[in-house]
Formats: sequence, C-alpha cells, structure tokens
Amino acid sequence: MIPGEFEYHAPSTVEDAVSLLDTLGDEAKVLAGGHSLVPAMRFRLAQPRHLVDINRIAGLSYVREEDGHLVIGALTRESELEHSSLVAGRYPLLADAGRVIADPLVRNRGTVGGNLAHADPANDHPAVMLAYGATLVARGPGGERVIPVDDFFVGLFESALKPNELLVEIRIPSPGAGSGGAYRKLERKVGDYAISAAAVQLTMDGSMCTAARIALTNVSPVPMRANAAEAEILGEEPTEDAIEAAGRAAAAECDPSADLRGSEEYKRDITRVLVKRAIRAAVTRAQGGA
Amino acid sequence: MSHLESSVQSLHPAPEGASKQMETTDQIRITTPEKVCGMGHRMKRKEDPRFIRGQGHYVDDVKLPGMLYMDIVRSPYAHAKILNIDASEALATPGVLAVITGKDLKDAGNLHWMPTLMSDTQMVLPIDKVVYFAQEVCAVVATERYIAADAIEKVNVEYEPLPAVVDPFEALKDEVIVRDDKEKKTNHVWHWEAGDKEATDKVFGEAATVVKQSMHLPRIHVASIETCGMVANYDPTMGKMQLYMTTQAPHAIRTVFALVSGLPEHKIQVISPDIGGGFGGKVPVYPGYVVCAVASLVTGKPVKWIEDRSENLQADSFARDYHITAEMAADAKGKITGLRVKTLADNGAADAAANPSKFPAGMYSICTGSYDMKAAHVEVDGVYTTKPPGGVAYRCSFRVTEAVHMVERMTDILAHELGEDPADFRVKNFIKPEQFPYKSPTGWEYDSGNYDAALAKAMDIIGYRELRKEQAEKRARGELMGIGICSFTEVVGAGPSRDFDILGIKMFDSAEIRIHPTGKAIARFGTKSQGQGHETTYAQIIAEELGIPAADVEIEEGDTDTAPYGLGTYASRSTPTAGAAGAMAARKIKAKARKIAAHLLEVGEDDLEWSVDRWQVKGSPDQHKTIQDIAFAAYTNHPQGMEAGLEATDYYDPPNLTFPFGSYIAVVDVDSGTGEVKVRRFVAVDDCGNIINPLVVEGQIHGGLTQGLAPALFEEIVYDENGQNLTGTFADYLVPTAVESPKWETAHTITPSPHHPLGAKGVGESPTVGAPPAIANAVVDALWHLGVRHVDIPITPQKIWKLLRDAGVSD
Ligand SMILES: Cc1cc2nc3c(=O)[nH]c(=O)nc-3n(C[C@H](O)[C@H](O)[C@H](O)COP(=O)(O)OP(=O)(O)OC[C@H]3O[C@@H](n4cnc5c(N)ncnc54)[C@H](O)[C@@H]3O)c2cc1C
Repeated sequence: MIPGEFEYHAPSTVEDAVSLLDTLGDEAKVLAGGHSLVPAMRFRLAQPRHLVDINRIAGLSYVREEDGHLVIGALTRESELEHSSLVAGRYPLLADAGRVIADPLVRNRGTVGGNLAHADPANDHPAVMLAYGATLVARGPGGERVIPVDDFFVGLFESALKPNELLVEIRIPSPGAGSGGAYRKLERKVGDYAISAAAVQLTMDGSMCTAARIALTNVSPVPMRANAAEAEILGEEPTEDAIEAAGRAAAAECDPSADLRGSEEYKRDITRVLVKRAIRAAVTRAQGGA
Repeated sequence: MSHLESSVQSLHPAPEGASKQMETTDQIRITTPEKVCGMGHRMKRKEDPRFIRGQGHYVDDVKLPGMLYMDIVRSPYAHAKILNIDASEALATPGVLAVITGKDLKDAGNLHWMPTLMSDTQMVLPIDKVVYFAQEVCAVVATERYIAADAIEKVNVEYEPLPAVVDPFEALKDEVIVRDDKEKKTNHVWHWEAGDKEATDKVFGEAATVVKQSMHLPRIHVASIETCGMVANYDPTMGKMQLYMTTQAPHAIRTVFALVSGLPEHKIQVISPDIGGGFGGKVPVYPGYVVCAVASLVTGKPVKWIEDRSENLQADSFARDYHITAEMAADAKGKITGLRVKTLADNGAADAAANPSKFPAGMYSICTGSYDMKAAHVEVDGVYTTKPPGGVAYRCSFRVTEAVHMVERMTDILAHELGEDPADFRVKNFIKPEQFPYKSPTGWEYDSGNYDAALAKAMDIIGYRELRKEQAEKRARGELMGIGICSFTEVVGAGPSRDFDILGIKMFDSAEIRIHPTGKAIARFGTKSQGQGHETTYAQIIAEELGIPAADVEIEEGDTDTAPYGLGTYASRSTPTAGAAGAMAARKIKAKARKIAAHLLEVGEDDLEWSVDRWQVKGSPDQHKTIQDIAFAAYTNHPQGMEAGLEATDYYDPPNLTFPFGSYIAVVDVDSGTGEVKVRRFVAVDDCGNIINPLVVEGQIHGGLTQGLAPALFEEIVYDENGQNLTGTFADYLVPTAVESPKWETAHTITPSPHHPLGAKGVGESPTVGAPPAIANAVVDALWHLGVRHVDIPITPQKIWKLLRDAGVSD
C-alpha cells in the first residue's frame, strides 16, 4: 500500500492552483482532505504524476448564510459542518447527513468540496445537494462558473469540472417557510458507505406537499434524483399510501448493482424503506416537528 | 527428593482438592495490602505508560544500520501453474539487490517447503504452482522500502490459470486436486472422531425428540492492528541470527527454525518485542518470515519485512471455517440425552492449523458443553481447498469456539422446539455443582463449575423475566425483539504433557524469578504478552506469593536468549501454565527464604509461619524477617553451606486443563424494514476461578466481547468462485469498533480451579467464545414465531431482510 511516485505542489492562492492545474493538465490531481484520493493512490488505482495540495489556500473554508443561501467553502471539513449550529438549526437534511458520512476521524479531514468533486455515487453529499437543488461554483483560468447540481454529476467518478477548474463554493438555497428535509442511510457499520440512502427536501402547505426533491445514494452509477418518487408526493397529500408509492417508485427507478453490501433486489427494497422513512421525517419537520 | 523440594511440597500439598467440589462466591479474594498489590487488587497496568504515550517498541520500530527492505510478489490467481518468473527488469532497478524465488530456496537446501504445526507441509515459495490467491511467489530485496514496493511490479510472472476449488464440499469430489505434490491424489486430509458412536446411536434410537441443524462458522481473520513482520539480522562474522518477529511463541519458533534451517540453536535469537495484537494469528510461521531470514543470510545484512493490511487479510492464516451438521436428542422429559456431529474443516491449501499435535480438530470434542448427557459422538474431516492455509485458534482455545457455537445453538433450538423457556431448559440440563469433577462423554474431566449460579446472576442483572414479558407485548404489536442465552464451558490452559505437545515439544510453561539484594525482583516467563497485561498480572502473582510489591517486580518475556523455554501465549494458557510456574517458583524461593529467616532469627524452621511478606516466629510476630531483609541476607549473610542468592525456576506441567465458564445474555431489536439487528443489552457473567487482577480481567472481557460481536454480526472473509478474496481491506472486512458495540455489562462468579496453584483459570477467550451464540440465539428468538430456526453468522441485515420478506413481514 505504497503509492507510486508523484510530484507535490502546494500553492497558496486559488489563482496559483488554477494556473498549476492549467499547466499540468491531465497529469495533475487536486488534493483536498485526501480521504478518497490517497486510498486510491495507495492501491495504485490512481497514479497521478502531480498533486496540487489546496490545503494551504486561505479563505476556502467557511459556512455562512448569504443572499438567501447557505454558502460553504469547498475546503470546509465535514466536522465543521457537523458542529455548525447554523446547519443544525436550519438545514436538517445536511445535519442528518453530516453525522453519517464516514466516521469522526475521516470527517476531521474530508472536505465538502472533495466529497462532491470526487463524483462518487457512494458519497453522501451528492444526493444531499441534489435534494437541496444546490449550485456549485468553479474557478478556472477564465474565471468563475456556476454549475447547477443537476448538471454536475456526469459519470462514475466524473463531474462537470474541467481538469483546470477548482471547485470553490457550494450554495444551498435557504429553506423557506414550511420546508423540511431528512437523510436516511443504511450502512453495514460506522465508516461504511451506504448500502442505500435517501435524501428528501420538501415544502408543505397545510397538508399538501408543494415542493419535493428526492435523491439517492449508492444505488446508481451516477448520483441520481428520484423523479418518479418525487412525482408521487408533489402536489399531493403525503398519506401513507402516497409515501409507499414514492418508495416503490424510487425502488423501481434506481439502478443498484450487487456487491458485498447486498443483492440488487435487497438494495431496491431497502431504498423503498429508506425513501419512506426520509419522507415521513421531512414532512414531520416541515410541519414543525422534530 | 531433595530437602528443598520436600519443603515446597509440604507448603503446597498435591492437589488433592482436584477431586473435591469447589464452593462458588462473588467475593474476590484479597490477602495482601494495597501496597503489596497481590491477587485481587485492581492494579493499573504497569505496561500502559509506555503504550499510552506511544513508546511501545514494535517490530516496525526496529531500525538497524544498513538495513534492507523486502517486499513480496503475490499471486493474482487462487490456482495456477507458474510458467516463468522473469525478474530481469526488477533486478535492473537501481537499489534492488536480489529477487528470491522458490528455485533459489530449493538450491539453498530445500527451504522452499516448510512443516506446518500440524505435521503437514506448506510452500514457502512455489516453483510449479500457486494454490491460493495472494500466495507469496517471490521476494524483492532493496535498499529502500519504496524501491522494493515499485520493484515488485516489475517482476513478470507468467501463469497458466487452473480451476479453483473454493467450496470444501466440491473439493471432496476430487475433481481439482489442490496438493498434487502429495502421493494420494485427494483433497481429503484427515478424519478424526471422539466419543462413543455405538452408545450415541443407541441414545438417538431411544430419543423422544431429535433436532437437526446444519450451520457454517465462516472464515474470519484475527485482523490484529499490527500486521506481521520481521527484522532478520544475520551476523556473518559471529554466525548469529537475530530474528525480531511478531510471534506469540518465540521459543518454539527458535527450535523450529534451527531444525529447518540447520543453523545451530544457540546461534538463533528470537526476539518478540511489543506485539499489537496476536489472537492466534501470530502463532504460525508464514512464508514471509522464512524468506526474510533467508534474505538476511544471503545478503549478510539486516532485512526488514512488514506486511501491509491487505497482505495480512488476504494471505495470513484464517480462523474457523467449519461446516457443521449436528443432531441433539432428548427424552420425553425434555432432558438432553445425546449429541451427534459431523463436520467439514476447510483447511485451505495446507493443514496449517495451530492445534496441539495430537488434536487435528483441537478441543472441538468439548462440544457437549455445559450439559449433562449420556453420549456424544463427533466426527471431523479435514479438506484442502485453494484458499490460504490455516486455521488458527482466533482468541479461542483450539476450536472451542466452533464447539460452543454449535452446542449453544442446538440447545436453543431444542428448547424452542419443546416449547420450553431457553433459560429453564438450560438449568434443567446443566451439569450440577455436585457432579464436579465431571467426566464428559467425550473424555474431558471438567475441574470445577457452577453453571446454575452464573446463569442465575446473569438473569437477575438483565431482568430476564420482565424482558420476556416485554417481548410478548412487543410481539403482539408486531415488533421484533429477541433474548438469547449462551452458557458456555471453556477448556483452556494446554496442557498436561501426557496429551499436549506441539511438534513433540510438551506444552508446559516456565518462570524464572531472581530477587535482587535490595528486595526488588526480575522475573522472566516462557510466554509472550500481546496485550493481555502479563507485566502486571505476573507481578501480582509474585507479590501474592512473596509479599514483594508488584511495582517492585520487573517482568520480561519474548527474548529467547534470556527467558526460560516455554510454548508461548495463546489458547488462554498463560495464567494456567506460566502463571502457575510463577507461583511455584515463588514458593521455592519462599522455602529457601524460610531457612535464611530461621538462620537470622536463630530459631528452627518449624517455629516460623508466613505472613504476607515475612517469616515470623509463631506466637510472637514481632520477631520476623521480611522478604526484603531475607533478600539482603541472601547476598550478605547467608547460612554457611547454603548457596548464596535468591532465585528459582519452575517448569510447570499442569495436571489438567482449566474449565472457565459463564452465562451471557443478549437482547436484540430487529428492524423489520431493513433487517438491521441492534444489540440493545448484553450481560456477561464470567467465572474464571480466582481473579488475579479484576481490571485486567474486565478489560479482557470487554475486548473479547467486541471480538465476539464481530463474527456474530459483521466479519467474514469472502471469496468469489475463482478464489479471489473480496474482503482484502478494512473497507470490506468489517471490524466493529466502540461505536457498534453495546455497553458491555460484566459481572463474575468465582469457582476456583481445584488444581491450579492459585485457583485461577484462563479468561482471555471466554468472551469471544460466548458472545456469538448469545447474539445468534437472540436473533433467532426474535424470529422463531415467523418460522425461523437458524441463521448463520455473520447475521447481516440482508440475511434477516430475506427471512422477514419470505415470512411476509415488511415495513
Ligand atoms: C474509511 C472511509 C470511509 C468513508 N465513508 C464515506 C461515507 O460514508 N460517505 C461519504 O460521503 N464519504 C465517505 N468517505 C469519503 C470521504 O468523505 C472523502 O473525504 C471525500 O469523498 C473526499 O473528500 P476529500 O476532501 O478527502 O477529497 P480528496 O480525497 O482530497 O479528493 C477527492 C477527489 O476530488 C478532487 N478534489 C478535491 N477537492 C477539489 C476541489 N476543491 N476542486 C476540484 N477537485 C477537487 C480530487 O482531485 C480527487 O479527485 C470515506 C472515506 C474513508 C477513507
């Protein structure tokens, strides 16, 4: 478990990082928390010739509300999200996820930006951001580019970021009145990736669901929205029957593959259960419950 | 008999108690004051300051001048012919000094094969074919660790894949022969039986009820945090080979190395430094050790080899992998009458199990457990498959884990089948206190026990009857909750020389104590701690016997040039054997001290009596000599005609094994939506006889329970049909941590061993043995009303989900 040879760069500004990436091209990889990249290098699954370490760039780590958004610096550690009272108070979906990403040790190092840029369908933030309808801000040689999350995940481990672009910020629309969210994940043990997980963000007007976004973790090659599941509750009263229908829809539209975490059939059915549980929790929260 | 020996004997008469029934108590025996810290005191571990501060010294901390590094090329196939090994590109890499192949080892004196502990043979490096995935193929020696790691990718090995045989039942068809080096072309290795077949068949013929169940205890790995490794340091000038290695049995390893390599034994020094977990995985000799030693011999330089995590998980010895079919019989009154067991032991590509040589299935025949029955018969067949060789006794006294799992599952199935409460059913069938010493139907003589007391205490602590009420209420609401019991009997402390040896070496163990003039002491033992706390426990034994404060006793183990010969630490044997040797050596010292005290006090020896730390004149305790006074005199003023000094050695050959026991109760909740099992509560009542250090015992139990939770719910080595290991990292080999562990609630009863000098028994492995069946029984208990009779461990959410959906239960 010794990585191949590489050259190490530690720029101190976003500009320097971007210009290094621009010069080095495909041969380079950004190093953030290192908790996806370094394991891959140790197994020699990834053998980048150059590492551009962004940990010394100041001003990339923050969590605050701004212009109707929660804005998160790409280098923000998971543990900072986890311990943010702003997140805990106003963003229950993100708070739920923050407690079940990896384990406390990994959360001390892993970054929100890295979690998304890795474009791993097994990671938890992709589904969370899909459910929030977040936007991602990238910086390249030509300046800033704002990418809606629905366009961000392109393939397995493949994002819309260009090799010479750095992800710098994530923007989550601040929830309006009557909205609530929840994340429900089943894992084999703490620190494991999800067998399946469901992220739900919705808005309730009285007993009616007026907005709903549902996304799934680790049951498709690319992080996915569960559109059919959303349709079952959107504009409807989320009765037990509607919730069951949403669960079934999600089970049908996801595309899991069998592995040590379980068979395809198992993962589909667990997805059904988790989607239902996440919807129920989101509705309760939207209606002012815990 | 010399005078000294006879006085030792009179101090401690032969264990006549061996045939009497021992009383049970909750009270820990303490006979020394806090400052002496003998048995029973909760002394903090003497070794911990070094471990807590990161000052432990492990093999990978050994750095010698000019040291080289070795890395190993491993097979990507489970079964393949080796057509060619081309090392030219690797050898051309700057910094690479040598590539060692099987042919090289052959030329060096047939070192390409080595004996296993079970008198089988195992390849060190292959010449013709590989027989398991990740098998060692050849080794690269380089000046830097990183160069070695890069160079193994440059060795080009040409393979011709052969069909793998992963399943032992398939292997028995002999369509693919794993070991074609053997004369007999079969994968069947051995057949072994215990008990009385005829009597057992008769009991089954007369039975009112018979239950039958097949089960598999899957392959698991000890997964110690420190992987295996070695620094071999051959000094060509002096002809001496120093081997720093991660071994639980340094002395036996030295002898085996001498016999295999031809190096004279006095020129081999095995040093086992601090060990980061052994659990049986550091008993065998792995090919890497041998190649590393050869690399040092060849280069005349120190060579370091340290496995990485995946090598450790993929190639080192596994544990368990027993396929069991058991039947249990009962009479019309619901009394268990017999047990009949057939077993397939998947050994992998060699029988490299770590059992005493006469016991190919270890202590598996202890399988009648805590229950009194008329007859039992057990059969085991060993099989070769194309998987890594083994298996070791993972925190387990040689297959007792498999035996206990089977009998505790069977007892539970029978209780449920008869509609009886599993606790009441156990009590009805227990061997009763007055039956000890108890002769089991398979020939073991249990030394002491009180199973009723341990179970009653566990039921009391957990509130068993109330839990049953809660379960009934929940079941009525469709909620799934289960309560599981395991009342195990362990068999530890191998062992008496008449039965127990490893490659002919008898399984005694040893202690040597030297008292310094100022009354402090050093003691060395033939065992080797890997986290068990020997530096504390052994010091407390000596403090108990001699009154020298435990803090004043230095304990050393693991260096074969200084420590007395012993068989090492595994199978909960250290306290039963070496601990006993420590007590006996201390008693020899006490006997000599008495003579010195009599000389100093000018009285007869018979006028003296022992009190905590001194010999005093009977009836006038003011007239006394403390052990410190006596130690000083032993060097400054010893009686004429007596040897100076105060030291003794003892090689202890135990008269019997010790039989610790306990009752564990688990409460689980099952999520009908996801199939998840949560262990809500877990009470463990252990009885290991007299307790030397309650803190160390509790620590052992906490760790062991977590290692019992592990195979119950999480761990399994998984292979695909080609024999590729799918669980070669901690991402997929799921070791539970504190987060997954319930709050362990521990308690004890004390039923001393009648034959151990301190009345103590081993304890390190009881929790690993007892926890899995308690949890498995709890899960089945939660699902019995749905028609579920058995679930193989590990009990994953998916397995439960399948059972639930098949029974029409969903969420
Ligand atoms: C034991 C373990 C368990 C884990 N379990 C989970 C889990 O349950 N859920 C989960 O979501 N994750 C899990 N992870 C992954 C973890 O959260 C990683 O930290 C995360 O996926 C990557 O973030 P990072 O900051 O470590 O990125 P790195 O590993 O440094 O980088 C990951 C990838 O993203 C790129 N990258 C990083 N930052 C940027 C940027 N700002 N701009 C452009 N590209 C960038 C890198 O070049 C690289 O390709 C686990 C990791 C481990 C080791």
